[in-house]
Amino acid sequence: MADTLHALTALGQAAPQTRVIGPYRIEERFDVALASVASRRGREAEVASAAAAAGIPLPGPARFTAGPLYAGFWVAPEMWFVEAPFASHEDIVAVVKPIFGEAASITEQTDAWVRFDVLGTNLAALVEKLCNVDFARAADGYATRTVIEHMGCYLIRHTSGALTIYGGRSSAQSLLHALEVTAASLL
Amino acid sequence: MSQSNRISGGQIDRSKTLSFRFDGKSYQGHAGDTLASALLANGVRLMGRSFKYHRPRGPLSAGSEEPNALVHLRSGARQEPNTRATVAELFDGLEARSQNAWPSLKFDALAINDRLNTFLTAGFYYKTFMWPAAFWEKLYEPIIRKAAGLGALTRQEDPDSYDKGFLHCDLLIIGAGPAGLSAALTAGRAGAQVILADEDFRMGGRLKAETLEVGGQAGADWAAAQVLELAAMPNVRLMPRTTIIGAFDHGIYGAVERVSDHLAVPMKGKVRQTLWRIYSRRAVLAGGATERPIAFENNDRPGVMLAGALRAYANRWGVAVGRKVAVFTNNDDGLRTASDLRAKGLEVRVIDARKGEEVIDTSGRLGLKSVTIRSNGKVETIACDALGVSGGWNPNVNITSHHRSRPVWEEAIAAFVPGEDGPVGLTAAGAAAGALSTHGALATGQAQAIAALADLGIAAKADALPQAEDAPVAISPKWYVAGGKGRAWIDQQNDVTLKDVKLAQQENFTSVEHLKRYTTLGMATDQGKTGNVLGLAVMAGLTGKTIPETGTTIYRPPYTPVAMGTLAGRSRGKEFKPFRLTPSHKWAEEQGAVFVEVGMWLRSQWLPKAGETHWRESVDREVLATRKSVGICDVTTLGKIDIQGTDAAAFLDKVYANNFASLAVGKCRYGLMLREDGMVYDDGTTARLGENEYVMTTTTANAVLVFRNLEYARQVLWPDMDVQLISTTEAWAQFSVAGPNARKLLEKVVDQDISDAAFPYMGAGAITVGGIRGRLFRISFSGELAYEIAVPTRYGDALVRKLMEAGREFDAIVYGTEALGVMRVEKGHVAGNELNGQSSALNMGLGKMVSKKKDSIGMVLSQREALLDPNGYRLVGVKPVHKDGKLTAGSHFLAIGAAPVIENDGGWLTSKVYSPHLGCDIALGYLKAGDQKIGTQMRAVNLLAKPVQETLVEIVSPHFFDPEGERLRG
Repeated sequence: MADTLHALTALGQAAPQTRVIGPYRIEERFDVALASVASRRGREAEVASAAAAAGIPLPGPARFTAGPLYAGFWVAPEMWFVEAPFASHEDIVAVVKPIFGEAASITEQTDAWVRFDVLGTNLAALVEKLCNVDFARAADGYATRTVIEHMGCYLIRHTSGALTIYGGRSSAQSLLHALEVTAASLL
Repeated sequence: MSQSNRISGGQIDRSKTLSFRFDGKSYQGHAGDTLASALLANGVRLMGRSFKYHRPRGPLSAGSEEPNALVHLRSGARQEPNTRATVAELFDGLEARSQNAWPSLKFDALAINDRLNTFLTAGFYYKTFMWPAAFWEKLYEPIIRKAAGLGALTRQEDPDSYDKGFLHCDLLIIGAGPAGLSAALTAGRAGAQVILADEDFRMGGRLKAETLEVGGQAGADWAAAQVLELAAMPNVRLMPRTTIIGAFDHGIYGAVERVSDHLAVPMKGKVRQTLWRIYSRRAVLAGGATERPIAFENNDRPGVMLAGALRAYANRWGVAVGRKVAVFTNNDDGLRTASDLRAKGLEVRVIDARKGEEVIDTSGRLGLKSVTIRSNGKVETIACDALGVSGGWNPNVNITSHHRSRPVWEEAIAAFVPGEDGPVGLTAAGAAAGALSTHGALATGQAQAIAALADLGIAAKADALPQAEDAPVAISPKWYVAGGKGRAWIDQQNDVTLKDVKLAQQENFTSVEHLKRYTTLGMATDQGKTGNVLGLAVMAGLTGKTIPETGTTIYRPPYTPVAMGTLAGRSRGKEFKPFRLTPSHKWAEEQGAVFVEVGMWLRSQWLPKAGETHWRESVDREVLATRKSVGICDVTTLGKIDIQGTDAAAFLDKVYANNFASLAVGKCRYGLMLREDGMVYDDGTTARLGENEYVMTTTTANAVLVFRNLEYARQVLWPDMDVQLISTTEAWAQFSVAGPNARKLLEKVVDQDISDAAFPYMGAGAITVGGIRGRLFRISFSGELAYEIAVPTRYGDALVRKLMEAGREFDAIVYGTEALGVMRVEKGHVAGNELNGQSSALNMGLGKMVSKKKDSIGMVLSQREALLDPNGYRLVGVKPVHKDGKLTAGSHFLAIGAAPVIENDGGWLTSKVYSPHLGCDIALGYLKAGDQKIGTQMRAVNLLAKPVQETLVEIVSPHFFDPEGERLRG
C-alpha cells in the first residue's frame, strides 16, 4: 500500500484560515463533513422516521436545525444537507447510508463546498452588502440559497452575530476576498 | 469682491468657509452650499454653454432637474463630466470647469452656431447629412459630435471604488419633503420597517426653500425636528444623498447613494457611491414637483431662472441672484417668490400673465441685463439682473411611469399626475400626486402610509397634523408668449425652441413621440424634466388639440444620470468575476504553468520547462511525452452529476440519445445529449456505480447547462420518476492519467489490482489511494491507454504530487489544455468547436449512436429529412498535401479550381492543431458529403487572410491516430 495523502483546505493551506477585520471574524471550517440526503419517491415518511430515530434533523423549508451530532438544513423539497463532525464522519455516506437504506439517495458533499463561519456584532450591515438576504429580520436558524458576487452560496443565520456561508470550494479564495473587502469597507 | 450676492439667512454654516475654483478662478462659499449657490453668491451667473447653439447659460433651477449648469467636477482621473452644479455639494478645494466652450466660457468660438440658427433647426441633420451616405460615419458624425456635446471623459482609470448592496423594508418612501416626512413618521411610529430616501444632502424637501410655517415653527426647523425623531427610531433608515433611480419588478427599486461625493477624496477604504437594490413591500413616491418655465424670446440667458429656484437660493442659501429682480408668473406661487425676495430687501417687479402682462424679450449677452414687458398693449424695458419665471408646477411622476403607466392630465392644477396603472405597490403623495399645498403634502403622506401599511396588516395611527398652509393652486395656464421669432427655449439642455416645435408641427411630426424624436425634446440627460410638458403643451396649442388629446411621453430609469462605474460596482479589472481554481492549482503555480480562463476556471494551458521559449515547444513536448510514456491532466473542471433513484437508468435513457439502461454496474459509457431540435449539445461519459447510482460527466463549458436541463426534465417533464440529482463537480479532484505507462504508474499509487483483467476498458469503480477512498474510470480522451482517477478534493494536491513522484521513473509529465486539444484532434474527438449547436450526431459521424429503439430528448427531430441528407456535412480529418502547408480554423473547403463563392462552399475547418506525432498541421472540419470524399484533395481557403490563404489538403478519416483504438484497449 502506498503512503496516504495529505489534505489541503479549500483555501489551499494545510490548516483552516481565520481573518479578523475590525469587529468581524471570518473562520474557514475544515472539520465538518457534509452529505446531501434526498428522499426517494414515495418513501418520504420512511426518511423522516429514520432521520428522527438517528437524530438527524431534517427541518422544513428555509430552516437549519442543529442536533447533538448531526445538523441539517433544507435545500430543496425533500432534500437536505446534513452536517456531521469530519473526524468521525469523513466517509459520511458510509455512515449515513445505512440509516436510510434505499429510502434516500445520499451523496457526499464535504469537499464540494468551502465553509466560512462569520462572527461579529452587526452582521446585518455585512450581509446587506453581500447578498439579497434580509438578515436583520430573519429568525435564528434561517437557511437560504443566495448569490454573493456571482457565486452561488448557502447562508445560515445562527444568531444575529453568527452565520455560516457555504460556497463552491473552487472559488473559495474569491469568496473569502468578497467577505474581506466587504468587511473592510464597513470599518 | 467675495460673495457679493450673499444675503442674510439661509441654512448654510457661515462659520465654515470653503475655498473652491471654477474655470481656474478662486472663490469662497460655505458649508451647506452647492456649487451653483456658491457661484451665484459670488456673482457668477454664467456657468456653461448650451448643447447646440453654444448659448451662454446659467442655472435654471436649484435642484436635480437642472438642464444648463453642467460642469466638469474635480480634475485628473477623478474628473466627472456633466455634473449638475445645482446639486454638487461644495467642499473645500472643489475644482470645477465649464464644459462645451472653447477657448473660454466668455468667448466661445462655436457660438457662431447661434448666428447660424436659421439653418440648425430641428431635423437639420436628417435633411442635410443624408448624402453621400458613406460620409456619415467617417466625416459628418465625428464633426457633429465634436461640435455638439456635453462634457468629456479623461480616459483615465477611475481611482475610486463603488459598491452595491441589498435592503429590505415594509415601506420605501421616496423623497423627504413634507409628504415623505409625514409618511415616514406615520409608518415609523407604527413600527414598520421604513426606508426614507432623499436625493438631497439635507432632508426637508421644499420646506428648506420656503418661509412657510409648519406647526407654528419655520418649515425648515419643523423638518429638521422630524428628521431627528425619525433618526432615533431603530426601524427607520434615513438615506440622504440617495436617489431612487428606478422602479423595477416586484417592488424592487434601484438607489444610488452618494457616499463620498461631498468629499474631495473618499475616506480610506470608503467607496464613492453605492448602488442599492431595495426590496420594498410597499412604496410611497413623495418626490415633489418641478416648476416649469414659460417660453418667450431669449428666455435662456444667465439670470433667467425658475421663480421657485430664485426663492430657494434666497431662503435656503442666503443668495440674491440679482438685486433687481423681475418675476413672470401665471400662478400664485410665483407671487410667493416676489414676496419672499421683497422681504429680503430686494427690488421686485411682478409680471402676472393673468393680468395680461408678459415678458416678450430679454437682453444681456453673458447675463441678464433687462427684460422687455408687454402689458396690455404697452411695451417697456426694465433693467434687472434676475428674472424668475413660473409657469406652474409639474408633479414628479417620473418613477410612476417606469412600468409604462401614462400620467393623466389634471385640469385643476394644469399638470399631469400619476396614472392609475403605475408599478404595483407604489402610490404617490404630496406634490408628486398633485397635492401642491404643504397641508396637502402632510395629509396625503400620512394617508398613503396608513393605506400602504393596512395592505400589509400593519395598523398605523393618523396623528393630528401640524398646522400648515393650504392655499389653492391659482393658475391660468400660459405656455408661451406669441409674436416673437420663435427663439424661445423649451428644452434648454437640448436647445429645443418654440420654432423647432412649430417646424415639427408643420412637417407633420405632431405625435408626442415623433415630436420628441424629431426635435430631441426631452432626450437630454435631464429627460426633459423642465421642458417636456411645455413642449407638448405648445404642440397642443399649435394643433388645436387639448393636452389630454395630445398626450405625453413617459420616463424611463434612471431618474437622474448614473455613472457607469456605479453600475459596475466592484466588478472591474480582476474583480470582474470570481475565479475557480482546480485542486492542482497550487502545484501548477509552483511549476510555472500558464493558465487559461475556461469560464470562471483557471486551467493549466501548458507547463513550460526551462529553456522552452515558445508555447509550441511546451505543447509538443507534453503531447509526445504522453504518447511515448504517460501524461497527467487535471480534469476536475468537467461537470460531474450524481444521479440516483430507482428510475435513474430509465431517466438516463431519456436524456441521452444512446442506450444507457443496458450499462452494467462497474462500467462507463460515452453518451450524446441532444437538444429538443435534434442537435447535439453535450457529450461525456457516465459510469454506473451501483444498481441505482450513476455519476455523469459533462463538458466543462456545459456543466451548469446540463445540470439545469436534467433538473428541468426531472421536475417538469417526468415528475413521477424516482430520480435525485446533485452536482459533485467540486467534491472530487479528478486527473486523467494517459499513455502507454498509465497503468504502470497507477499501479504504484492505487491500492487495488487494476490489471487489464481486473479493470478492463470502460471499467469504473471504487478504489483507495493510500487508504483514501477514490474512484477510477478507465476512459480516454487522448486515445491512449488512459484512466481518470478521483479522490475527495482536499487530497487533490497530494494526489498530483504523488502521481508525479511515482511517475518519475516513467518520465511522467503534466499536460495542459493545449496538449489535451492536440491529442483529441489527433484522435478525432469532437469538442466545443464541433459541438456548435448546429450539428447533429450524423454530422459528427456519430449517427448510429442515436437509438431509435427508445424515445429520448431530440431523437424525433434528429430524424428530420434535411438532417438525414446523405450529402450533408460530415466530420472529416484534414491534412495538408505538402507537409509544410498551413491550416487555419475557419477556412472553407473549395474544390480544386472552384471559385471562392458561396455556391461552391464545401464546409469549413472547425479545429486545427499542429500534430507533433504527424509533424504537420492537422484539422477537423465539417465537409458536405465528407464521408464520400475521404482520400480526395481539396483547397482549404481562408478568405479573411490578407492575402487570401490557400492550402491544398487531403481529406482523411478524423481518426489520425490509432484509428482502431488498440492503444486505449491495451
